[in-house]
Amino acid sequence: MFSTYPGQVVVDHPVSVPIEHRFDPYVDNGGTLLSIAGEDFCIVAADTRQSEGYSINSRYVPKSVKLSDKTVISMGGCYADCLTLTKKIQQSMEWYHHAHGKTMSTAAVAQMLSIMLYQKRFFPFYSWCILGGLDEEGKGAVYTYDPVGSYERESCRCAGSASSLIQPFLDNQINFKNQESQRKQLTKDQVIRITKDSFTSATERDIYTGDYLEIFVITSKGVEVQKMDLKKD
Amino acid sequence: MFRNQYDNDISTWSPQGRLHQIEYALEAVKQGSASVGLRSKTHVVLLALKRSSGELASHQQKLFRIDNHMGIAIAGLVSDARVLSNFMRTECMKSKMMYDRPMPGSRLVSMIGDKAQANTQNYGRRPYGVGLLVGSYDEDTGAHLYECLPNANCLEYVAVSIGAKSQSAKTYLEKFAKDFDETDADGLIMHGLHALRETLQQDKELNMDNCSIGVVGKDKDWELIEGDRLKAYLDQLESGAATTETGAGEAMDTE
Repeated sequence: MFSTYPGQVVVDHPVSVPIEHRFDPYVDNGGTLLSIAGEDFCIVAADTRQSEGYSINSRYVPKSVKLSDKTVISMGGCYADCLTLTKKIQQSMEWYHHAHGKTMSTAAVAQMLSIMLYQKRFFPFYSWCILGGLDEEGKGAVYTYDPVGSYERESCRCAGSASSLIQPFLDNQINFKNQESQRKQLTKDQVIRITKDSFTSATERDIYTGDYLEIFVITSKGVEVQKMDLKKD
Repeated sequence: MFRNQYDNDISTWSPQGRLHQIEYALEAVKQGSASVGLRSKTHVVLLALKRSSGELASHQQKLFRIDNHMGIAIAGLVSDARVLSNFMRTECMKSKMMYDRPMPGSRLVSMIGDKAQANTQNYGRRPYGVGLLVGSYDEDTGAHLYECLPNANCLEYVAVSIGAKSQSAKTYLEKFAKDFDETDADGLIMHGLHALRETLQQDKELNMDNCSIGVVGKDKDWELIEGDRLKAYLDQLESGAATTETGAGEAMDTE
């Protein structure tokens, strides 16, 4: 029935076995985020469900934060780490403003975030970051990160629990990858529609995604926030 | 007044019960160019006269933002002011991080007082050579104006002035102080400019280069008004000069 191996002892009564406890500081609070860069705008969208395993902690905890009129950051993963990392970024931006009398540009924040993440290379922030905003020329910019600071500017990126569901859809609909059809610049409304469809679909299949969707729209006029419902099951 | 045998270091009292080093530090504040502060129930306005070392030089910055709800005007050693303003900025950020609310002005001013006092009781140190006018707006207690000096005295005021010829500004402010509570921000600025003008030397005048205004208050984050944006206020000061001529004449007493 059960195979035995050298040293194994089979008994007919319960035994106690030492359980190894290790320092386990990370928790995955789930959720999905995405950001898409347009010609003169940028979208940063994230669901608002915060979970732990099969439980929901809250239906409305925003994952995105407005850093300035030109820059929004969104983070997924361990919410505690995301929260503190956001505060660190905001403080650094405040010091920059004190020293230089102006707001940090999106590219400068992007570089700084990479440095901040790598400074904790050996006890990382468990944060999947996406930085969205307008660059110095007014064009949309999206910067993607891994938890230790590797970063890259892209045209669109999705991160979090449903990223593997949404990213291929974005590759197809935003970047027209592997298609013969004509590439065209998408308008802001088209991108917002694609974003909403991405999240409603992800909500269907990913248990960690749902409740509400918050979309930050960054244009030269500033940052506007839209909120819509997602399925709550 | 100077060259006593009891003024070599901070930890020596004089037989008259004075610490001369502190008094010398206060002199450094009096030598700086004038800064004026005044407040209503809802707003605090800080004004300063910026000095320049020559025709080709820039004018020294005198107003510093500490946080959205707080700013300072200085008189005296600018390098000491930088150190203190960095300390204030750090403390404001720490307070926001810890308690999720803006730092109350009174609390920060107490911390500055403690910091300044340490320099008056430790051998080998020297008092800070800068006076601060701290303007802050707290959500629950309203607008506040504080004066922090090297002697570690931090007092709250309705209106105050420090620096060179500041007594002339104080005399003007004392005359109109009872109106300040109900005055709007622009009204406070005009009163402040009148007060600041009193501190000028005979042949000098306020212009867009040597003047600096800071405003903070209810629903108003700290804003610095400098350069071209001063034009409107300075023009109003000029045109209003005729009506306050008598007032200015009375305030012009000997220094």
